[in-house]
Amino acid sequence: MCRTVDLRQAVLAKNTMAARVLRAELTARGTTVVNLLSSPGSGKTALLERELLLARERGVATAALTADLATENDATRLARSGVPVKQVLTDGLCHLEADMLAGHLHDWLPDPTRLLFVENVGNLVCPASYDLGESLRVVLASVTEGEDKPLKYPTAFGLAQLVIVTKSDLAGPAAFDEAAFRAHVQRVNPGVEVVLTSVRTGEGAGILLDRALAAADGGSVHAPVMARAGA
Amino acid sequence: MHEMSVALSVVDQVEQAARPGGARGVRRVTVEIGELAGVVPGALAFCFELACAGTLLEGAELVTRSVPGRAACAPCGRAWDTGMPPDMICAGCRGGATGLLSGRDLRITEVHWSALPTAPDPTPVPRHQEN
Repeated sequence: MCRTVDLRQAVLAKNTMAARVLRAELTARGTTVVNLLSSPGSGKTALLERELLLARERGVATAALTADLATENDATRLARSGVPVKQVLTDGLCHLEADMLAGHLHDWLPDPTRLLFVENVGNLVCPASYDLGESLRVVLASVTEGEDKPLKYPTAFGLAQLVIVTKSDLAGPAAFDEAAFRAHVQRVNPGVEVVLTSVRTGEGAGILLDRALAAADGGSVHAPVMARAGA
Repeated sequence: MHEMSVALSVVDQVEQAARPGGARGVRRVTVEIGELAGVVPGALAFCFELACAGTLLEGAELVTRSVPGRAACAPCGRAWDTGMPPDMICAGCRGGATGLLSGRDLRITEVHWSALPTAPDPTPVPRHQEN
């Protein structure tokens, strides 16, 4: 006997549930997660190095977890800030999932931790589909990557709650068209904040930390239209 | 490429749904893929075949149905196809869309079991809510 059944199941329901549970558990511990997404080489680690130092100077209990396919280089760099850092090696997997993150936090996340920065695997495709229980999702793009990056990776930019442009000191030599970049971001994600940063010149220093603290304090965080159900 | 993770999730969910009904095989699985879901149907089909090996779904066919992205502007009462890359700006008021009607879907819609024992309805299938 053959039979067709209607099986209305969201494929990523398991991850979504795991993310909800993790968010609730971390919130109960007073920890807010910030999920950082970008292409490889956009400058996630360099920006985090600066923001972790600032967090330490300001006495904000902060930790960072960084994911790569291989090497512990990023953890070594971030650990110089003096905040607790954990390197996750994904053994080839191109993104983090909520239950993986929960497993890595278990037995490691120090108490108290107010902010946990998660540096996702450098990739603008796959990590976009996985909620990690974050309260703030940040997408970075450097000025050398081209103004049309938000159009090429609309799911990543469309779900961002903050967009950070890095390496702004190179905007001139790279002929970066800031207005076009902003217009492309607004097309896929109307209303999201876009900020320019450079770890060389200090532009935008502390903005990531400020926005993370605002999210931790329950301030309003941008709700991307791509994450909102119909009108 | 996260299509392998997605394929493994599909296999896992179909196997779980099959167990209580006692299905012995799966002939076909239909998955809806939204235009904005960030999943490539061809890549998913390739991974699905690998993910099915050695499971109840071995040899099952994957049918994918594309769901267009549609956005809406509540104040204007307009709805439009977002296209790809999506345009979330309302042509009426030039404001941002207020909601997405469809396009982020990634959902198993139908499973065609190849053989069932004499038991009645195979499952009460748990329904998961979309995020």
